[in-house]
Amino acid sequence: MAVNYSAKEEADGHPSGGVGVPGGGAVGGGSGGGGGGGGGGGAVKTRKPDNTAFKQQRLPAWQPILTAGTVLPAFFIIGLIFIPIGIGIFVTSNNIREYEIDYTGTEPSSPCNKCLNVSWDSTPPCTCTINFTLEHSFESNVFMYYGLSNFYQNHRRYVKSRDDSQLNGDNSSLLNPSKECEPYRTNEDKPIAPCGAIANSMFNDTLELYRIDNDTRTPITLIKKGIAWWTDKNVKFRNPTGDGNNLTALFQGTTKPVNWPKPVYMLDSEPDNNGFINEDFIVWMRTAALPTFRKLYRLIERKDNLQPTLQAGKYSLDIAYNYPVHSFDGRKRMILSTISWMGGKNPFLGIAYITVGSICFFLGVVLLIIHHKYGNRNTSADIPN
Amino acid sequence: MADPIRWARYRWQRLISTEGREGSSSSSSNKCYQSSKTTGKHRIVIPCLGHFKEEYEKVSKLYMNNQIRTTKYTLLNFLPRNLFEQFHRVANLYFLFLVVLNWVPLVEAFQKEITMLPLVVVLTIIAVKDGLEDYSKYKMDKQINNLLTKVYSRKEKKYIDECWKNVNVGDFIRLSRNEIIPADMVLLYSSDLDGICYIETAGLDGETNLKQRQVVRGYSEQVSEIDPEKFSSRIECESPNNDLSRFQGFVEHSNKDRVGLSKENLLLRGCTVRNTEAVVGIVVYAGHETKAMLNNSGPHYKRSKLERKVNTDILWCVLLLILMCLTGAIGHGIWLSRYSEIPFFNIPEPDGKSIPPTLAGFNMFWTMIILLQVLIPVSLYVSIEIVKLGQIYLIQNDIDFYHERTDSTIQCRALNIAEDLGQIQYIFSDKTGTLTENKMVFRRCSIAGQEYCHEENAKRLESYQEMDSEDEDSADHQCGSLTYRSKWRGHNCRAVNKPLNRRSLNQLSGSYPALVREDGAGDVPHSGHVAFSSPIETDVVPDAQLLEKFTQISSRSCQQSEEASSKLSLETTYITDFFLALAICNTVVVSVPNQPRQKMRHSSLGRMPIKSLEEIRQMFQRLSVRRLSSSPLPSVKESSSESPNSFVSKLSIFRMKLASPALDGAAQRAAEHHNTDSPEESQVPQELDMVNVAAGCERNSAASSIELSPLPKLCYEAESPDEAALVHAARAYKCILQSRTPDQVTVDFAGLGSLTFQLLHILPFDSVRKRMSVVVRHPVSNKVLVYTKGADSVMMDLLRTASEGTNNSEMEQKIKERTQKHLDEYARRGLRTLCIAKKVMSDAEYAEWLNHHFLAETSIDNREALLLESAVRLETELTLLGATGIEDRLQEGVPDTIQALRKAGIKIWMLTGDKRETAVNIAYACKLLEPDDRIFTLKSQSRDACALVMSKILEGIQKNTSASKKNSQKLGSVSASPSTQAPGFSAGLVIDGRTLEHVLHDSLQNIFLELTEKCRAVVCCRATPLQKSIVVRLVRNKLKAMTLAVGDGANDVSMIQVADTGVGISGQEGMQAVMASDFAISQFRHLKKLLLVHGHWCYTRLTNMVLYFFYKNVAYVNLLFWYQFFCGFSGTSMTDYWILILFNLLFTSVPPIVYGVLDKDVPAEILMQLPQLYMMSQKSVAYLPSPFWITLLDAFYQSLVCFFVPYFTYYGSDIDIFSFGNPINTAALFIILFHLLIECKSVTWIHTVVIVGSILLYFVFTLAFGATCKTHNPPSNPYWIMEKHMTDPVFYLVCLLTTCVALLPRYLLRVLQGTLFLSPVLRAKHLDRLTPKEQREAIKRWKDDCIVNCRVEFQATSGSSSSATGAVSEGESIVSVLPTSKAPLQACSRHGLVEDTSFLPDIQDESGTTNGLNSEKNVFLNSAKKTNSDTFGSNNSCTKVSMCASEEGSSAVSLAHKAGLNSVLCEEDALMYFTKSECCLKPKSSNC
Repeated sequence: MAVNYSAKEEADGHPSGGVGVPGGGAVGGGSGGGGGGGGGGGAVKTRKPDNTAFKQQRLPAWQPILTAGTVLPAFFIIGLIFIPIGIGIFVTSNNIREYEIDYTGTEPSSPCNKCLNVSWDSTPPCTCTINFTLEHSFESNVFMYYGLSNFYQNHRRYVKSRDDSQLNGDNSSLLNPSKECEPYRTNEDKPIAPCGAIANSMFNDTLELYRIDNDTRTPITLIKKGIAWWTDKNVKFRNPTGDGNNLTALFQGTTKPVNWPKPVYMLDSEPDNNGFINEDFIVWMRTAALPTFRKLYRLIERKDNLQPTLQAGKYSLDIAYNYPVHSFDGRKRMILSTISWMGGKNPFLGIAYITVGSICFFLGVVLLIIHHKYGNRNTSADIPN
Repeated sequence: MADPIRWARYRWQRLISTEGREGSSSSSSNKCYQSSKTTGKHRIVIPCLGHFKEEYEKVSKLYMNNQIRTTKYTLLNFLPRNLFEQFHRVANLYFLFLVVLNWVPLVEAFQKEITMLPLVVVLTIIAVKDGLEDYSKYKMDKQINNLLTKVYSRKEKKYIDECWKNVNVGDFIRLSRNEIIPADMVLLYSSDLDGICYIETAGLDGETNLKQRQVVRGYSEQVSEIDPEKFSSRIECESPNNDLSRFQGFVEHSNKDRVGLSKENLLLRGCTVRNTEAVVGIVVYAGHETKAMLNNSGPHYKRSKLERKVNTDILWCVLLLILMCLTGAIGHGIWLSRYSEIPFFNIPEPDGKSIPPTLAGFNMFWTMIILLQVLIPVSLYVSIEIVKLGQIYLIQNDIDFYHERTDSTIQCRALNIAEDLGQIQYIFSDKTGTLTENKMVFRRCSIAGQEYCHEENAKRLESYQEMDSEDEDSADHQCGSLTYRSKWRGHNCRAVNKPLNRRSLNQLSGSYPALVREDGAGDVPHSGHVAFSSPIETDVVPDAQLLEKFTQISSRSCQQSEEASSKLSLETTYITDFFLALAICNTVVVSVPNQPRQKMRHSSLGRMPIKSLEEIRQMFQRLSVRRLSSSPLPSVKESSSESPNSFVSKLSIFRMKLASPALDGAAQRAAEHHNTDSPEESQVPQELDMVNVAAGCERNSAASSIELSPLPKLCYEAESPDEAALVHAARAYKCILQSRTPDQVTVDFAGLGSLTFQLLHILPFDSVRKRMSVVVRHPVSNKVLVYTKGADSVMMDLLRTASEGTNNSEMEQKIKERTQKHLDEYARRGLRTLCIAKKVMSDAEYAEWLNHHFLAETSIDNREALLLESAVRLETELTLLGATGIEDRLQEGVPDTIQALRKAGIKIWMLTGDKRETAVNIAYACKLLEPDDRIFTLKSQSRDACALVMSKILEGIQKNTSASKKNSQKLGSVSASPSTQAPGFSAGLVIDGRTLEHVLHDSLQNIFLELTEKCRAVVCCRATPLQKSIVVRLVRNKLKAMTLAVGDGANDVSMIQVADTGVGISGQEGMQAVMASDFAISQFRHLKKLLLVHGHWCYTRLTNMVLYFFYKNVAYVNLLFWYQFFCGFSGTSMTDYWILILFNLLFTSVPPIVYGVLDKDVPAEILMQLPQLYMMSQKSVAYLPSPFWITLLDAFYQSLVCFFVPYFTYYGSDIDIFSFGNPINTAALFIILFHLLIECKSVTWIHTVVIVGSILLYFVFTLAFGATCKTHNPPSNPYWIMEKHMTDPVFYLVCLLTTCVALLPRYLLRVLQGTLFLSPVLRAKHLDRLTPKEQREAIKRWKDDCIVNCRVEFQATSGSSSSATGAVSEGESIVSVLPTSKAPLQACSRHGLVEDTSFLPDIQDESGTTNGLNSEKNVFLNSAKKTNSDTFGSNNSCTKVSMCASEEGSSAVSLAHKAGLNSVLCEEDALMYFTKSECCLKPKSSNC
């Protein structure tokens, strides 16, 4: 801006500077007045512009000329790079084991059909069990997700309906949550902790996985820690501070979200996974980007190197069905998946890379033909007629 | 955004801005009008002294004092007022609207504060800019207000120093030499004995020549300074106005006598007093009421074509935005209505209910507008401004525009229309001073019907042609320090000084030069430069024949000077009178070169040898008059009511000069060394100068006889260059204008010695009369003489009619005829012609006229009309003396420039006030018309005839074009020629001023324009300034064409203002054109680079940048739009709001600006060599609707890719909103920046730095933001997202894939364009790759191709045209006049190859007056040229074939030739038909 401003000054200064001091300032016009003084003093100085590369627009420049001949290599190189990458990604993605069960229970045959119209806090919870069979064993660590469909966690006002300060353990926000949380800010004149629609609608189904081995149900250890981002758990979400570690006392004066059966300090028995730093809660609070999403629920760690984490075979899923999605045609899923360096199973990226690489390669060939047919014309600036 | 709105805003702003400046002034002056009931709208000025004190106090409060304030703001009102003004910009209002909208909770999309950010940034930038501008104005004002001047103080009874701001109306101010006039004041005293004061108005209008101002009549006779205490008159004058050339009022003395005031008595603020020791004046207007300040209208505002287009495209964007928002609103409604009950992610209202879908949809519409606001590229306006500033900066710094001689470079006065330079379709050019140098060179003259062709002079001019480029460097400074090159001495007829001599002169002559430089040079850079006096103009080589005659007169008159005039033959009388007229009939100011601006003057104690006792007596008489009238209170009565009788008694007929014997002797001795008969040797011996200077007086008056005239170095400063040329010409014949004061002119006449003419009147030149006159009393015969010079068209009518039937009148008739013939011939050679005439008046006649004139002079109202009438009354019954031909040479590089601009597809019109022949010839010389062109001349008396003629011509042209089209089809190979007009057919149209009037009438405009569109060049001659502007406006409005007007003089101002782009040439005629222009250049040829290179660049750069901006915004905003489909159209943004806003403000704002300022598609050299490339930008190729829509489509595609590649990648995964937005945003950044890289035609290190910098800035910012922002940004949570992504390979893979896929089509498109569909620009770009040698060849091949194409077309045309009009073609002979700037060269053929006029309408006016169309076809014939040049080479003479035709003869012949046409109608001064039978061959020999 500064440079340009001085350019303008100069632009105005020339005329008025040339015609004399006071009158020039006056006659040169509103903006011309500014430059008058400068012009007056420089009578000795020649007005010849500097002969610099910049001012004369002679800066050395790379002038890309896009012709078939010059860009040929680029296309081939892109093709040659993209295709292997695509194949790599595709293979990786294919190696990922994934299993998905829809337990919404909309179909009458589904065991969970009975729970379809549950409310938030029905006691005792409606439970249902779904049996399934894994065709392939899961070799590495297995991630257990719950998936929701048609759930617009990305609704603008839903996304806003939270108070990050409260979640960060700010005591004043705890008792006086942000207005953004309305109408889930207070309940019966008590501030809600955690406030807002997101927290209020927290997923509260409980999923338990059993391996059925000769009619014996062996529970599979589901690890509930380490499912949230480290920074979320350790920096962004903090419990309120105060004397002692008694969460009940710390959350004194607040009330639970309307839909929750129990207050936030009773989410878990372990103190480092309770309150705001409960990882299930943290995961839920990270609002999903798309209406169909999954969220990490539990981890199943591989115990030893001899056995796969989940062997092929029969399993059953016990569900404490609390979360009502039927009202908005939502679906609920449970997903078991191993992951790779590129995350979950997704063939798209690999296919896309392969496709784009092939297209580039093909275009390269086309351009090669074009170059051979027409390319020579460019070197000599012939007239096309 | 719509045009009317912007316009209205602009008007409003203007209103606001003038309010502050003039608000107080107008109100106060209103009061003033009320109070002074008796005088109506006049103002009364009373000195604040003596007995007027009471009244003064009453009146003075009503007038402004001299303090000025040009600033818009004060410290207090800056913020509110600046904001107020800024919100007149629609874009800002839009932003404000968004901000306000965001405060409505229902539709709030962003955090409230964030939406304000762009607005605040834009407002701040503009406010800072305005503030700085205003501050510098404030400093300037302060500096001016605090300048010191001498004001009379009552208390101290003397002049004391006062600041300018403390000067009030009615104050007496005393100024010395070189001081600047602080306020408009009436001149009451001048130390000059004649009551003259010289002012330099460079500060006001840039004209460097001095202007004379006169002391109010009645005060001029005082010897001592006026005493303010005794000033008892009151002044009444007009209320303040901005007309610089008008001032009316009167001084009313205490005895109720009134003396008229005119602009001659007014010293204007801002001018500088020159050459006058001291002046005293009374302030009449001060401060903002001065004429200078009232003329300060501020910068003018023009809007470029591109800007207008941008506005329409923005409207499209608005439409798009509304569509998108509607989609969002409807989508949201539908989405909501799908749910039977409120889903819990849709937050209910506080009352627990949900709003109905329709209302929600309506709310969503506004939310969407906030969300997608960036679609309207508001930053575009700021960016365009900045880019334009950058472009202007580069234009101004182009070294090619630097003109060494005048030390001037291009000035861009309008900052916002640089890109219009790339789209010019029509150029309207002035002739004089624009195409030509406006250096008037005396070429030939005709006296008493006898022609003197000045061969030597012609030769001199030829040789100057090559040399002057280097030589005129010194010429410009010639009045200061001269170092003439010795090679010119050979034919210099003026005195040539050796440098040594000059130096010693300077030393001896005191400190004047230093003094002037000291404060003069500071503010007027060109103070050393005196207009109209380069050696080429001043050195005239006399014609041998004429000189011989002249010496005869001289020698004879030497012997018997008393009765010389009576005894001389008639011819010699003519010659004498002719040169006297040249020397006297002008307003030239004489000064001595080594004392710049120091007027030559003779004290009343002259230095002339006493001739007779009578003269001495007269001299003393005069002196005594002086003494008598030198009482402090001048005898007002006498001078104010001058009757002819008292006038005569006051006359001093002779101003005698007494030469000191020593001087005389020295001069005589010196004169022995040289022979004045041969001008080559009229060199001043060194000693002479030395002696003269030693004597301490002016040397030039030393001589009294021809032997002794050393042709002194005098500087003539003339208001028009023609005058100077004539004075210099007269001087070459030893008829030297020595000095000029308001009431006398001294001429050193070779034969008669110094003659001092009593100057009775000067009737100045005006464009209505087209002539000027001086009334003098001849010193010898004591008769009143009127010398008139003017345009031949008016002069010929004023001549004495031959009714007396005497011998004399017969001869006069003959002279008239012959002179007219010469005049016509001069005009054909492209010379400017002037007629010189005289009139002898008897005292009685004069007295009678004077009575009337005096009445006219003293009337306040309507004075101009009366003066005009009075002048007309005087200028009758004249005797023609002769005519002069003055050459105005073409400027350097004009034909080349015109040809190049032509090839660039620009139509060039020449609008000139000159006569037709001159104009046409200049048009040929500068290649505006080509020899092959068919010329149609439009010249008719009535509108109907005009219409008929035009339709005939059109018909003919159409016939031709259709024929030529057929032919070209047959030829087949001719492909698209560069020119858009009818291929191969080139016609020129010449229109006369009077015809122009008819043509510009509403009913004929369309046919006229249709006709002009078919012509490659149009020449309008005899056009008034008003007509010029009407023509430009017509073309601009009716043809919707981009027009450029270029001119150098005041008469071009209106045209320059009307045109889309006004270019002023800072030439010889002052600065008025420059002041009115948008661009000021110093040479016409600079237009070539300005248009072809800078115009092209600016246009392509800006259009590309604008397109890029649209692309950028659409592509980016669409990402948000696509997301709406996946979030229930709820207006969620997946990108953090800060990054969203900063993306446009910070991360992607600088690269397009750099691109807009620095991109270079084709190098300058190639653009200059291939003007055809200009047509690309001219036709708006880069910014047609299609590129706009293609760009938008591309933007849509890219945004789709940019959104959906990440979408599919992350579909169904556990990604959260802002993690999803991050790769999209990052990919968008890469896409947008790399897109720019694809579009860039040249990438310099600046581009690289800026792009890399932008990317780095983005990453640094997002990383830092992600690391620090835990909770500060409630709705969005960018915490640690970027950091996490940076460790995730998928992020990189997504970005890479997205960028590649998004850019692939654009890249491919460019590649295919570069390979298969090469545009000329691209081809030119390829040229740049070649080695210089290959490049040269390629360009040559390119050009050749064009030429071949054109040739084929030409052949086709000529063939067809001759067949079409073959019936009349036989036997016609054509004269082609091809004046070259070098030599008079006339070509002629007795057997024309091509036919003459083909369209002769059979029109017969009812009244019987003859109307006619003469279309002539001028053909330049190669054969003729050859013969001509042969003869020319051999005997140094011009072979001239003069065609003479009597009217009867020509019509008879025409009748014979043009069978089938009823009659041929000729106008009285219509051109002749050049027919074979009438052609009289008149070879001219060297002795003419």
